[in-house]
Amino acid sequence: MMAEKTLVLKSSPHFRDRDSVPKIMYAVVISLIPSAAASVYFFRLRAVLLYVVCITVCLTTEAVFLRTRKKPLHSLGDGSAVITGLLLAMTLPPATSLDIAAIGAVVAIGLGKQVFGGLGHNIFNPALVGRAFLQTAFPVAMTTWIPPAVLKVDVATFATPLGHLKFEEAVAAGTLTPLKDLFWGNVGGCLGETSSLALLLGAVYLFYKKAIDWRIPLGIILTLSVFTGFFWLLQPQTYASPLFHILAGGLIIGAFYMATDMVTSPINPLGTWVYALGIGLLVGLIRLFGGFPEGVMYSILFWNTFVPLLNRYTRPRILGERRRR
Amino acid sequence: MRAKSFPHGVHPPEHKELTEDKPLIPLPAPEKVIIPLHQHFGSPAEPLVQRGDEVALGQKIGEGKTLFSASVHASVSGKVLSVEAYNHPLGKPVLSVAIGNDGEDRRSNQIQETEDPFVLEPAQIIHKVKEAGVVGLGGAAFPTSVKLSPPKDKPIDTVIINGCECEPLLTADYRLMLESPEDILNGTELIRIATRAERIILGIEDNKKAAYDTFLEKSAGREVEVALVKTKYPQGAEKNLIQALLRREVPAGGLPFDVGVVVQNVGTAKAVWDAVSHGRPLYERAVTVTGNGIKEPKNLLVRVGTTFQEAIDFCGGLTEEANILVMGGPMMGLAQWTADVPVIKGTSGILAWSAAEVITEYTCIRCGRCVDHCPMRLVPTQLMKYVRYEHLAEAENWGVMDCVECGSCQYTCPANIPLVHWIRLGKTQVSTARRKKSA
Repeated sequence: MMAEKTLVLKSSPHFRDRDSVPKIMYAVVISLIPSAAASVYFFRLRAVLLYVVCITVCLTTEAVFLRTRKKPLHSLGDGSAVITGLLLAMTLPPATSLDIAAIGAVVAIGLGKQVFGGLGHNIFNPALVGRAFLQTAFPVAMTTWIPPAVLKVDVATFATPLGHLKFEEAVAAGTLTPLKDLFWGNVGGCLGETSSLALLLGAVYLFYKKAIDWRIPLGIILTLSVFTGFFWLLQPQTYASPLFHILAGGLIIGAFYMATDMVTSPINPLGTWVYALGIGLLVGLIRLFGGFPEGVMYSILFWNTFVPLLNRYTRPRILGERRRR
Repeated sequence: MRAKSFPHGVHPPEHKELTEDKPLIPLPAPEKVIIPLHQHFGSPAEPLVQRGDEVALGQKIGEGKTLFSASVHASVSGKVLSVEAYNHPLGKPVLSVAIGNDGEDRRSNQIQETEDPFVLEPAQIIHKVKEAGVVGLGGAAFPTSVKLSPPKDKPIDTVIINGCECEPLLTADYRLMLESPEDILNGTELIRIATRAERIILGIEDNKKAAYDTFLEKSAGREVEVALVKTKYPQGAEKNLIQALLRREVPAGGLPFDVGVVVQNVGTAKAVWDAVSHGRPLYERAVTVTGNGIKEPKNLLVRVGTTFQEAIDFCGGLTEEANILVMGGPMMGLAQWTADVPVIKGTSGILAWSAAEVITEYTCIRCGRCVDHCPMRLVPTQLMKYVRYEHLAEAENWGVMDCVECGSCQYTCPANIPLVHWIRLGKTQVSTARRKKSA
């Protein structure tokens, strides 16, 4: 007989997959690198400064709240505050002043996440909460656009492709931003939303890492395509094509990186479809018939509200269960 | 042939290479065996012997008196040393018969061969199975005689023989399939006769091609369908195997009977054959002793009542780093606090490796992976929250009792939440509440 060993006692299962919350979060951070790089290429030092300020202020705010709530500080390292900072910066116009960005970051983490109890408990996407706050508090700053550094145009009248579409009747005038530019990112817009290519590159990585639910981007893009496609086919001289709507504005970043936030999206497959279709439809409605040129942010925040309800009423049918009612 | 399967589930690393090529070898009977009188689902057996009695190999030493019980037999010949409570792999000490082995293996005169088992009536087969104390050898140890006696209003049309062995690391069933295919097929035929079924399907995971080929060859001329199923966990869970092979859903809260099916593990089929044909009670079983905490992993034929320590010592002992000892597979097995526990009828594996002592738990980030992988289509994270915050009625509405505790949810959980643990707690609380209500 060998000497008695002290054995670990735990309940089954004893094997587990190697993925973890921080690994998922850092996968998202890594997936955003191409877009961050693209924005630095297009907007130079402004982009770098906005990223630095947003991430630093998000982490600091998180630390202050954790400290106040007497929670262990190690959850700072889970990567979620870094994502919020990155995503917030990406939704800001490149000309946003640094103090406004900092306020947005405080609101994103404070009101968007920590007041609900921190990671896993928030209802709304924290970065979008910060952005929505800034949109209301600083409406002018949040709608002032500058062209990418590589574009030589008149700065004073510069508009985003969607703004151009909405307020300047671009389709009729034949001045709609070419799809090619939307794809590469050589257009005006928020920091991280301009280059569809860079965003899609990161999205491929997210799928590979299984860090996002494919149903969400697919559902959003399909609904938006059908909705905008319907009007485009009806009146091509007034409405832009579905492909334009997919590539322009914040749709790609919203569909792949924000609506897919695990904490604020549904857990059941049916609920996820309803959520995705709802967002796609609402984006279409706002863009085509609303007062704003862009509607991704409000659509996601609106549907975030319904996630608890969707989770409750879309329970999957249990194997062998016969549904009454 | 395309492998059949069920939706959801997981694919943990298999690590079967440690023992899959190691034939089953008998572990020499120890000097003393400790045979618990409770090794099965149901009520304990009552002792038939007392201290000082001489017993023979295969002699009945505990009688399963109720329907949901099973008799227990001596696994060596010799003298009864004590009848008292002893450590048990399921946790609580259990009344056990300790027998000093005289090394002679004198066979009990209760053991009698049957000349032609295939002409027996169903009732005779079931009687012999009950007398031999046969229980399900897949792990749950449900009394086989009960499974062979479906209620009159629930006719059985199909017998499914479970050769999935979907738990990682375990290879004992695989070796049985390679080494005793005839016995398994014969036992299967007896099960078919006993349940008056028409069809027999043998389901084997596609990582055990050698076993599949063996059965294809051996089943020629027999009315047995050998089916390949996908290597996926928990393919061998009764309800999922039925779903994969027959596309039938066992109703929630119901049993395979309800859809005309009886599922038996390959080891159980062999035990049925041994019991009915040779009159041999279940006092020995195939056990995989493995994991990187075991110096020389092996597949063993172990007498019931041998301690884990003896089986481990025969396999070169534990490594320095080994700090967890598990009975069963790594997904559903039970961690042990000591190696001084006896092998029981439900011991399919003895595993050891080195496990992290502290695991960081995060809050649920609602990723939904548990929902995507639950083979019962439950919402584990929601069940966990209902149990945690004591909403038992909600937990029940959301199907907490349908959980089979396979562990797929917790396997995929990136937040390391002990989901199965919470759900088990909920199940216990709900059944306690139900019992109180009916009392």
